[in-house]
Amino acid sequence: MAEILKRNKALAVNPLKASQPVGASLAFLGINRAIPMMHGSQGCTAFGKVFFVRHFREPIPLQTTAMDQVSTVMSADENVIEGLRAVCEKSKPALIGLPTTGLSETQGTDIKRLVKDFYAAHPEFAHIPVVPVNTPDFTGCLESGYALAVKAVLEVMLLSTNPHPNPLPLAGEGANAKSNVGRRKKQVNVLAGSFLTPGDVEHIKELVEAFGLRPLVLPDIGDSLDGHLTEMESSPLTLGGTPVSEISTVGESIATLVLGNSMFEAADFLKIQTGVPDYRFDSLMGLDAVDSFVAALADISAKPVPEKIERQRAQLQDAMVDSHFMLGFARIAIAADPDLLYGYARLVTEMGCEVVAAVAPARANILNDVDAEQVAIGDLEDMEIAARRNGAQLVISNSHAVETARRLGVPLLRAGFPQYDLLGGYQRLWVGYRGTRQTLFDLANLLVEHGHHEPEPYVSIYAQRTTLQTGESRATPAAGQTH
Amino acid sequence: MQAKDIAELLNEPACTHNTKSKSGCARPKPGATAGGCSFDGAQIALLPIADVAHIVHGPIACAGSSWDNRGTRSSGPTLYRIGMTTDLTEQDVIMGRGEKRLFHAIKQAVDSYAPNAVFVYNTCVPALTGDDIGAVCKAAAEKTGVPVVPVDCAGFYGTKNLGNRIAGEAMFKYVVGTAEPLPVPVEAQRSGITVHDVNLIGEYNIAGEFWNVLPLFDELGLRILCTLSGDARFREVQTMHRAEANMVVCAKALLNVARKLQTDYRTPYFEGSFYGVTDTSMAFREFAKLLDDPSLTERTEALIAREEAKINAALDPWREQLRGKRVLLYTGGVKSWSIVSALQDLGLEVVATGTNKSTEEDKARIREIMGDKTRMITDGSPKALLGAVKDYQADILIAGGRNMYTALKARIPFLDINQEREFGYEGYSGMVELARQLALTIQSPVWGAVRKPSPWAKAGVPGVELGA
Repeated sequence: MAEILKRNKALAVNPLKASQPVGASLAFLGINRAIPMMHGSQGCTAFGKVFFVRHFREPIPLQTTAMDQVSTVMSADENVIEGLRAVCEKSKPALIGLPTTGLSETQGTDIKRLVKDFYAAHPEFAHIPVVPVNTPDFTGCLESGYALAVKAVLEVMLLSTNPHPNPLPLAGEGANAKSNVGRRKKQVNVLAGSFLTPGDVEHIKELVEAFGLRPLVLPDIGDSLDGHLTEMESSPLTLGGTPVSEISTVGESIATLVLGNSMFEAADFLKIQTGVPDYRFDSLMGLDAVDSFVAALADISAKPVPEKIERQRAQLQDAMVDSHFMLGFARIAIAADPDLLYGYARLVTEMGCEVVAAVAPARANILNDVDAEQVAIGDLEDMEIAARRNGAQLVISNSHAVETARRLGVPLLRAGFPQYDLLGGYQRLWVGYRGTRQTLFDLANLLVEHGHHEPEPYVSIYAQRTTLQTGESRATPAAGQTH
Repeated sequence: MQAKDIAELLNEPACTHNTKSKSGCARPKPGATAGGCSFDGAQIALLPIADVAHIVHGPIACAGSSWDNRGTRSSGPTLYRIGMTTDLTEQDVIMGRGEKRLFHAIKQAVDSYAPNAVFVYNTCVPALTGDDIGAVCKAAAEKTGVPVVPVDCAGFYGTKNLGNRIAGEAMFKYVVGTAEPLPVPVEAQRSGITVHDVNLIGEYNIAGEFWNVLPLFDELGLRILCTLSGDARFREVQTMHRAEANMVVCAKALLNVARKLQTDYRTPYFEGSFYGVTDTSMAFREFAKLLDDPSLTERTEALIAREEAKINAALDPWREQLRGKRVLLYTGGVKSWSIVSALQDLGLEVVATGTNKSTEEDKARIREIMGDKTRMITDGSPKALLGAVKDYQADILIAGGRNMYTALKARIPFLDINQEREFGYEGYSGMVELARQLALTIQSPVWGAVRKPSPWAKAGVPGVELGA
């Protein structure tokens, strides 16, 4: 159990944290034909938009209630209602996400009441679900904002759904009277945490499908932010993602896969509301973690593990054995959101590495289980100091850590948000046997490439190398030589 | 190269097993042979000479699959890592244009890279078609003004071991004795220290490991005229004949060079190793003995006492982790015993050692170090090795790179001890790296992970149950 070091300085230097409203927006971006609208000043949205555009290299639909000086002081309620009306009229979205910001929360907005007011004032838009969620940026981080938004989506969609006209008879334990568990015999809910990239989500869907099951992923950024050209030249809404109509069928699935500790609260709500049994996973990286996931799929489907997946497992084992020479005893520094931090720490310690610096931007339950002596709540400066003190050999963090790693003189494996200086970072596969294998190769290659395990070149004091050499013995060809 | 020349090279009077059937230089058996050819051996022996353009004369297979694949390091020029080959085509072979192409290739190498010398390695196809590489090299040297050395080492001449000797022979015939050492620079002179000139023969500076040892030579006032061939320069090879003592490092392969230096220039030599604390100290003592300088002997003993105390303190924490771990060693020749003392220094128990490529003398050394009960393994096939790991309940297999994946596929901890390795183990400080690598693989959590059955598996998993 890791000791959690609280933030103990006034100034955050080289921040690691991305805000809750940004995280909530990301979750909404994983729903089809949706648009998030932050309740705050227009800057809250503009910065969030740039953050995502640079990371995903995609146009990002994101709106704002555009609070100005007057509305901030007097009341911004009208901004919300007006904003919702404008978005509904103009874009006809399937869902609007409405995360609050530090500004609107400080002002004291009652966002849920405002949504009711909106429906009262505009009954013509009653069919468009609006999901309000309290995500001030003065608490939490991207991960917690994302989790809050997923829970809010479930709340809105489940509580507004009318009971099924023909409820199934009382099923077993854990199912309530209105239970429809298993009505869709092959449907499995997947609550996908923010640590998953679009590439990860795609792979998870493939794994689920390999067992003859049908994944209903919420939110499905694998479908909306995977980066694909479409017929439509522009769209004010998300293209792809979880269809809103499907979300209300989560109660008819046979099981729920909960991916990431941060999603557990949303999972609690889902389970209580629907009675769908769930399987929870803190991480999907590393042999043990993926084994549990695959075993769960075998259990849910009552089918044997497909040959293809067995092969991927064996490939990972081979990679573990091959890369342990480089990874054994390697000293790793990780700075990331809690679920990611936990996952990487677990993966590298399973390979014989030591996590010598672990930093998360905000508190979370999972941090207690991070496989490191200490976990600091802090920033990249904290990571840099700990990494230097403890002789880290490699850093795992986002693109902001490029300079940190350079100063430390160690390689960086880019992971998490944002990755603005790397093409394709957003779609990289990390999870499953395949993703884990690639991660091990990358870690090992980075360590070898930047390896300092060899003795420094030493030239003897007696070396006869100063004079009487006939040529230059250069290793670059002379210019202008033609043959 | 004529048959009598090959026979002469195979006859190495300095080899203790020379009178016996030549187990170390046995003929390859078709269908049951592992290991490289003469070209491989010659190239390996000379490639570390860093300021030389190494040209492989032949079609692509020889250079194409072997260039820049060795772990040897240079403190200066990196020309030796530039792959060069004449890449003979079918037309060259049919029309007999190999010699012409070689001549132009040498000229191109000199024009483009200004090497201090060019080495030309002959291979099977031009040897068969009868290219006179000696004549081409001579003509090219005259034309370019750069020394061009033919190394006639076609693969079909014999084994890798023979290739090593061919390389040594070429150096002795064309290079050694063609230049004189420079005077010791005034600023490197220290009062009370007479500088002695020595050579190291068969030291390849794998992963830069010799740099662990070289500062100690400086400290003692031993000037290394040349290491044949790790981090060496052409000029240094030229001056080898002026050494007062030679050490043959960890390999019989270039023994012919040491013997010829002894017969032609009366330079005494000894065989030693820099692997392990005991052997490293032994090497310095042997130099002091051969050089017969009381001051050197005194300073050598002081240095050994200091370094051993220092390294023993550094190794203690590792010894605790490694004590009693059982090692199966499978490696060729001298390493079958030289590394044993290094392992014993660390508190490991060597339960068996491979002697397939060892000489009679090597075997005697093994008995001396490990006692009579030592099991010697002669069958190096993957199956036999894995069986031995199981039978002797070894915790780790230490062997050459080509056995690495045999061990890993069987889920057995492994340490690579051959030339492709990425870590340097020589000298006192190299022992810490060796200990670290041993502990790293033995203690790695991956072994448990890969031996554990999957949660849905009913049967057990493959792999060897480990002892201890």
